Amino acid sequence: MGIISRGFQGRRRGDDERLPPGQYLTEDFPVLSAGPTPRVPLDRWEFTIDTEGGQVHRWNWQELRALPSETPTVDIHCVTTWSKLDTRWQGVSLDVLFEDVETAAEYALVHSYGGYTTNLPLEDLLDGKAWIAYRYDGEELEPRHGGPARLLVPHLYFWKSAKWVRGIRLLNEDWPGFWETAGYHDYGDPWREQRYEGD
Amino acid sequence: MARLTWRPARLVKVREETASARTLVFDVPGWPGHLPGQHVDVRLTADDGYTARRSYSLAGPDGVELTVQRVDDGEVSPYLTEVMRPGDELEVRGPVGGWFVWRPANPAPVLLVAGGAGVVPLMAMLRARRASRSATPFRLVYSVRSPEQLYYADELAAPDPGVDVSVVYTRTAPDGEARPAGRLTAADLGPSGEADCYVCGPTGFVEAAAGLLLELGHDPARVRTERFGPTGE
Repeated sequence: MGIISRGFQGRRRGDDERLPPGQYLTEDFPVLSAGPTPRVPLDRWEFTIDTEGGQVHRWNWQELRALPSETPTVDIHCVTTWSKLDTRWQGVSLDVLFEDVETAAEYALVHSYGGYTTNLPLEDLLDGKAWIAYRYDGEELEPRHGGPARLLVPHLYFWKSAKWVRGIRLLNEDWPGFWETAGYHDYGDPWREQRYEGD
Repeated sequence: MARLTWRPARLVKVREETASARTLVFDVPGWPGHLPGQHVDVRLTADDGYTARRSYSLAGPDGVELTVQRVDDGEVSPYLTEVMRPGDELEVRGPVGGWFVWRPANPAPVLLVAGGAGVVPLMAMLRARRASRSATPFRLVYSVRSPEQLYYADELAAPDPGVDVSVVYTRTAPDGEARPAGRLTAADLGPSGEADCYVCGPTGFVEAAAGLLLELGHDPARVRTERFGPTGE
């Protein structure tokens, strides 16, 4: 046990088995981002997947919305220690978007309107683990929460779920993104508490 | 990079900032130093081993100094603001965050925009400027509800050459204040030339202030934001 803080009681909560180590439950939906919220007009919005071989797969807003969607209900975990349970989203599974993508790449660099980037292994985007989400809790996704569309990868700390997502570059080598270059963990598994580089 | 380790931190001094916020100064042997704008993770352990952890911005350029606002239904802030006494201990890990930072070697003029408790990391930048005897022009626009909510009131009122401080009162202005109470506007932030902008506060405030900065023509790439607290809206 670490240092004991005299007089600290704390507040034990239920649902502990769903809370990764070091996280606390919040009912709110806090916002964390590094710069101004980009405003992306829907008529100019697009999402791309660029393969390591230089092929570009492209969807505009209407095309994205015409794809079959799913409505995942997931727990999300922010590295700043809040977790929110049972969040309800609607979006397109990346399995759908990757259906016609031929690639042998192992890594993905996700990039956003506004310049944000984050990296993760490609396999963490596939097999029902990730979505391009455009609705939250029954409403169109608000700009401050990443609208018109954000990546949703709930099994990793939430900074990996890039807001204002614009595309994915597939790479043969791991390329650290924005927070990953600034001292945060390259992978970010909340259950292994991979918050910072070296954790 | 070496793994960030938890270090014991002993409370040595307390300063009341407002009726519900106080500054805590800790002695942390081996603290590696930090840049203004960075934060620390704080871990509290109860005597049965239960732990709680939060992140707080560092308020000063040296050592571990935090200013904590009590959240009435919070788990950690009531302990830090009401229970903890000098001599008590907790653990810290950091510094964390390499983006929302000001480097004293950077000569670009700086515009700081604070909403409420968001002034804390910006105060660290102002204090670092003073400590490094920097001549970089700084401007702080600090939005608070009322004079009773103002942190660091005496320090901000003291003359600091090259630093321009304006306080924007949103609900209640003090007697003699020319600007009527009201939300932050573009006029409060202008006129402004090119500057590195740092905006910190609750989400709604940061959204609004960053939007005003873009309206005024600031380059989005030079507007850094830090948000905290529940959205509450």
